[in-house]
Amino acid sequence: MSDSPISSTPEQIVSLTPKPVKRSLWRDAARRFRRNRLAMFGLIMLVFMLSLAVFADLIAPYDFGRVFLTLRANTLPFVNSAHPLGLDGSSRDYLTRLIFGARTSMMVGLMVPLISFAIGVPLGAMAGYLGGKFDFLVMRIVEVATAIPPLLFALFLLSIVGNGVWNVIAVLAVTAWIEPTRLTRAQFITYRERDFVMAARSLGSSHWRLVFIHILRNTLSPLIVSFTFAVPLAIFAEAGLSFLGIGITEPTASWGKMVGSGIGNFIRVYYHIALFPTIMVALTMLSFSFVGDGLQEALDPQRADDQ
Amino acid sequence: MVGYLIRRVISLFLVMLVVSLIVFVLMNSIPGGPFSLGERGYTPDALANLERKYGLDKPLVERYLNFLIGAVQLDFGNSFSVAGSPPVTQVILRTWPVTLHVGSYTIALSFTLGILMGIVSAYRRNSFLDNAVTFTATLGITLPNFIIATFLLLIFGYQNGWGAPNKWIIPPLWDGGPAILSQDYFLPVITYALAPLALVARYTRSSVSDALGADYVRTARAKGLSERFIMLRHVLRNALIPMVTVLLPQIPNLLTGSLFIEVVFGIPGLGKFFITSIFSRDYPMIMGLVMLVAFFWGLMYLITDVLYTLIDPRIRLGASASR
Repeated sequence: MSDSPISSTPEQIVSLTPKPVKRSLWRDAARRFRRNRLAMFGLIMLVFMLSLAVFADLIAPYDFGRVFLTLRANTLPFVNSAHPLGLDGSSRDYLTRLIFGARTSMMVGLMVPLISFAIGVPLGAMAGYLGGKFDFLVMRIVEVATAIPPLLFALFLLSIVGNGVWNVIAVLAVTAWIEPTRLTRAQFITYRERDFVMAARSLGSSHWRLVFIHILRNTLSPLIVSFTFAVPLAIFAEAGLSFLGIGITEPTASWGKMVGSGIGNFIRVYYHIALFPTIMVALTMLSFSFVGDGLQEALDPQRADDQ
Repeated sequence: MVGYLIRRVISLFLVMLVVSLIVFVLMNSIPGGPFSLGERGYTPDALANLERKYGLDKPLVERYLNFLIGAVQLDFGNSFSVAGSPPVTQVILRTWPVTLHVGSYTIALSFTLGILMGIVSAYRRNSFLDNAVTFTATLGITLPNFIIATFLLLIFGYQNGWGAPNKWIIPPLWDGGPAILSQDYFLPVITYALAPLALVARYTRSSVSDALGADYVRTARAKGLSERFIMLRHVLRNALIPMVTVLLPQIPNLLTGSLFIEVVFGIPGLGKFFITSIFSRDYPMIMGLVMLVAFFWGLMYLITDVLYTLIDPRIRLGASASR
């Protein structure tokens, strides 16, 4: 036994050496992300919600503002096949309202982080990269902004600028830029003094090259993760404000508003008014946070060995 | 240390000054005023009289200076919209205790249960219990609390008459049992606690499992120390340090109340009051509430930073200029 050599032909040895695989951070991340079942579920749900939002006009059976005059019993869900999910308090088709609600939620959910990152990332990058007086100024503004609770401030601003989808988006973006600013600044401060940046600088790289090629690329993955988590926060804020009756104005459908109009003493009979939009909000927020968790794990190189 | 504290307190008040200026200017930038709204329809003479009574006819700068002079003496003026126009501080003193009650039960529940859940799931990673905790945490973070509130009310509230709005009283802390068991508190506190509970459990889990993998724990095990001793002395002590910065800022948030919870359950607290005063354009109330919240949050951040240095001796106050 002991003297039997490991019998392996040269061909086998050759085949055992791993083939050189093209690997990059993004490729690895995509592989890790695909293996994460929850994250993939989130991604599928997210695509579903997005397509609801984009193709709402095509999918929805009716116009979102159309009022139906029908029997009281038909306003309940699962009774009348013309209105599978029943009608809302103003006798509008509930399925249609739900589908159009996806449009509002997605619009707010994506526009708010987009705007707030468009403000926060350059601001944080400049503060972190330049330092000095500019950094001091930005940090003082951030300090003032953190002293005001975001939701209260949004409410206050909305009472000034008035309701409506774009006003909600603007108001929420004004309160949401702090997080990306802080994150970007912190990232820029850590990377500014790293050896590879110093090396690039001593080789004569311009400031633009240092910022965009060397630093920003490295901060990209935390920024993406933070963006993904900012989306459900914005959706939550919109739903909440509309729930309180101060967000989205009436003909536009909004899940938060629908939940809000559903509560009251008649909720035991017309349960669908609160239940269905709740499911939609929960699914959307859940899918975004699954995707966010998945991205966080996939993009963090230190976690690469765990999986 | 003393110098640092003084600097921080000064900056806190500067921040409050700026906040008050911003809110004051924004608030007064909209056309109309608290008395030109709605269906009351005052005659121009009556309107002018009312505005003179509440000092709204004076120029903006003078009103702001008056506000500042009052605010320094903790006098924010009289409310416009509350019946009998009592002083703002009196209204706050009446409504804040309600919010404080709900908030402190919420903190107690979410922090104890959350830390426990986090520790258990860190010790039994990938077990059924861990998955259950992760699931609850995900739900707590992703489900908006007004939605949870709505359904708790639907399931438990209306049948049992719990949390029926508009009959809120502040129960004594101990009334034949802890007040949290009183029906008025039960549902709001559970709803309110879910999100912070999720956050606490999540952070505890990752923090404790980081500590469990550290060298000093291996050393302690190699020395043959009992697992209980290791947990209390080494793991928890080190794991709880980074959590202070995450958990303590939750406290001001919880103690100033949630708009949604208070609206859904009809709790007459600060949050609900803030909404009504915004919509009736009750300027002194808005200023008073904003100042209270800004001060409270700023103070809590300050306490967090100080506490952090007390727990972790490696950190020096004010040493890091670029934080």
